Amino acid sequence: MIDETFVELSRWQFGAVAMYHFVFVPLTLGLIWILFIMEAVFVMTGKEIYRDMSRFWAKLFAINFAMGVTTGLTMEFQFGTNWSYYAHYVGDVFGAPLAIEGLMAFFLESTFVGLLLLGRDRMSRKAYLGVVFLTAVGTNFSALWILIGNAWMQNPVGAEFSPETMRMEMTDFFAVVFNPVAQVKFIHTVAAGYVAASMFVLGISAWYILKGRDLAFAKRSFAVAAGFGLAASMAVIVLGDESGYELGDVQKVKLAAIEAEWKTEPAPAAFTLFGLPDNEDMETDYAIRIPWVMGLIATRSLDKQVTGLDDLIDQHEVRIRSGMIAYGALDAIRNGADTPETRATFDAHKNDLGYGLLLKRYVENPQTASEEQILKAARDSIPKVSYLFWSFRIMVALGFLMLAYFAASFYFLAKGTLDKQRWLLRLLVYSIPLPWIAIEAGWFVAEFGRQPWAIGEVLPTFLATSALTSADIITSLAVYLVFYTALLAIELFLLFRFARLGPSALHTGRYHHERQAKAADAAASPTSAA
Amino acid sequence: MLDYETLRLVWWGLIGLLLIGFAIADGMDMGVGTLLPFLGHTDHERRVIINTVAPHWDGNQVWLIAGAGCIFAAWPAVYAAAFSGFYFAMMAVLTALFLRPVGFDYRSKIDDTRWRGAWDWALFTGSAVPAFLFGVVFGNLLQGVPFHLNSFLKPHYDLGAFSALPALLNPFALLAGLISVMMLTVHGAVWLQLRADKVVAERARGVVSWVAPLVTVLFGLAGLWVFYGIEGYRIVSQPALDALPNPLAKEVVRAPGAWLDIYTTMPLAMLAPIAGLAAPLLVWALSRLRRPGLAILPSALTLTGIISTAGLSMFPFVMPSSSNPGSSLTIWDAASSALTLKVMLVALGIFLPLVLLYTTWCYFTMWRRVTVKEIEENTHQAY
Repeated sequence: MIDETFVELSRWQFGAVAMYHFVFVPLTLGLIWILFIMEAVFVMTGKEIYRDMSRFWAKLFAINFAMGVTTGLTMEFQFGTNWSYYAHYVGDVFGAPLAIEGLMAFFLESTFVGLLLLGRDRMSRKAYLGVVFLTAVGTNFSALWILIGNAWMQNPVGAEFSPETMRMEMTDFFAVVFNPVAQVKFIHTVAAGYVAASMFVLGISAWYILKGRDLAFAKRSFAVAAGFGLAASMAVIVLGDESGYELGDVQKVKLAAIEAEWKTEPAPAAFTLFGLPDNEDMETDYAIRIPWVMGLIATRSLDKQVTGLDDLIDQHEVRIRSGMIAYGALDAIRNGADTPETRATFDAHKNDLGYGLLLKRYVENPQTASEEQILKAARDSIPKVSYLFWSFRIMVALGFLMLAYFAASFYFLAKGTLDKQRWLLRLLVYSIPLPWIAIEAGWFVAEFGRQPWAIGEVLPTFLATSALTSADIITSLAVYLVFYTALLAIELFLLFRFARLGPSALHTGRYHHERQAKAADAAASPTSAA
Repeated sequence: MLDYETLRLVWWGLIGLLLIGFAIADGMDMGVGTLLPFLGHTDHERRVIINTVAPHWDGNQVWLIAGAGCIFAAWPAVYAAAFSGFYFAMMAVLTALFLRPVGFDYRSKIDDTRWRGAWDWALFTGSAVPAFLFGVVFGNLLQGVPFHLNSFLKPHYDLGAFSALPALLNPFALLAGLISVMMLTVHGAVWLQLRADKVVAERARGVVSWVAPLVTVLFGLAGLWVFYGIEGYRIVSQPALDALPNPLAKEVVRAPGAWLDIYTTMPLAMLAPIAGLAAPLLVWALSRLRRPGLAILPSALTLTGIISTAGLSMFPFVMPSSSNPGSSLTIWDAASSALTLKVMLVALGIFLPLVLLYTTWCYFTMWRRVTVKEIEENTHQAY
């Protein structure tokens, strides 16, 4: 029925371009506020070094920002090029936040970033600070609207299926905007971006301190990053916990999969700290379990249950059967049998239409599905547990590790003994990639955990594709990967080059490399030798 | 408030407005990028050219992003059918566009002739190729695209994505692509006369002196081609205009001259092709008189006229189907629900004026003639 290879390839392409895009976005989200803090201190104190800090980190910001724009282009078009049925089926709802993102946020960010990078000398200090602020606001609003869109894919509120137009249609715009999933997701995601940017500035500044160069510059940058990062990493963890609670409420399947909760336990459920989930036999080997914790996180109570995957599969089987009826009624309505009776049948079962569509993987007309196919579809309705289990744990462990880094950095900085903690400084340099690993793992949990749905309980991923072939996708995927990887290599080359150069890249004559060069010149010239 | 029929008509105009906005704003950068390797003879001159648009190109590009987003929200069926139907053309546009953000930012960060030379051609590619392909896509829309919708309204292509490529690059589409590149080149050249060092500005003036009349000639040629050689599409019957959208409920025929119907039913529409033909000549005259500040107005009018002509001629079609005309998408049956159109109308009504306001402030703040001397003095800060 469905060409599985083609669906897999389409998913790989989406995953690859989305994950690539999100290599660059977090740094932009966070670094822009760090620039704003530095610039604000400069405007308030008039100290030149803060302007130099803002200018230098803006150079690295720009190198990264360019790649964010480049990879973001694909995202805006990807839903149409590769997920055309998705675009038709939910464009009425999903298109709006995406379009508003462009109009409200991306315009703001992109218009002012040009002045941020090139307009400093053409306006007053305060006006320039305003430009940095507006760029930051635009960047963060951009994340807000994208996450409203993404949250709707996880928890499609404020919309209803229309048999006439054969698509989901918006019924309540504000329900879409104030989707509870979007609220927590937004703060969790932008704060993760702030953590990434803080680790970036912290690690590079630590390297200057280790090398003993441009210390005044490096320590001030270090201080800004340590403070900002400490606050941000706490926000990420608190909102991550909030996400756990929200999952327990609206995305029970994802929660159960993350926790490898195969069977419903008596409340309060235990938390599986570690173990080896086995997707086939639906059990976790070598599990280390902490009593009560899971029930507390997910339900914030001692008496509510966390539903296990076995019960969820049973519930889904019921919904699949109801979805078959919905599909039959829809078929009748669209093919001329639009009677009050079929309407009533459809309305009674329409919330399960998506579950009926799950059968399309095995049979053209879900009404004719066999018992075996229904059971297979029910089994499909949960994601692969082991991947989610592990990526979630990687994300959480790294989150706490980074919180410890920021706390230690902040502590030794305040104590004034930072220079002596060479172990910490070295650790920070090598830990620069950690937030990226945590963030990509987090997105993996969010998106892979949504499977088998493109839109939760509404549209299965395998139905959402375009009418293309595997060869088409292999070609485009190869082209994207070649372009992205080549550009990423160039980006990293420039980032390393300018990071090594440090504030000397500003050509003010006040920093390490230029002073070294000057000293070397002086030593070499005959007048000073005499 | 507005009824569903009016809303859909309004959104047809607004999508047109966003496309025209894109051509005027980002088309200018694309024209400048297309001219970059030819008008800048030294590294400093090329940096002058780049720096006339450096602070603005990114904001300008958002017209494309916002335009695509609004097509997604207002015409999801078009977003679905067009972007996947023109799969490899879209991919070529995107990969070419990839080169611009990095090209602008990375080019002058390394002082090396080969590095900078490579990025100059990357910027040229990122400007000329999308400009050309947007024209090609319009050329194909005018001839109809071979697709149909199944009963669940999923678009299918009657040629595969690969085999559609040669058909995509048919002679009329190539002419449309050429017009697109030429009109944006004129637009970019007028901008360079305004903002670039005198040496470069004078060369840009030379470009306008022959490309602007060429736009008139090519556009006229395309008009004759549509008149004599291309079958348009005509709706024979369709549901009431306030009915719920159903792209499969109408009857459509192909007919010679159907694309000219609008000019008899609504003679005022003739203003669009007249602007497309006359405005380039006005640009030419004002450029000769060394009045680039005035020439930018007819230059924008050229883009408005040419894009409007394509849109008006096809009205109410947006994406006609050549293989299954009944599947054609029109402004009536490709639209979103009334609520979504209203929400988006409010959003556009609030944010687009704001965008115009702060964009104007940014242009005003950065306004100056970029000189070779300025580049020499700012060699580490400028792009």
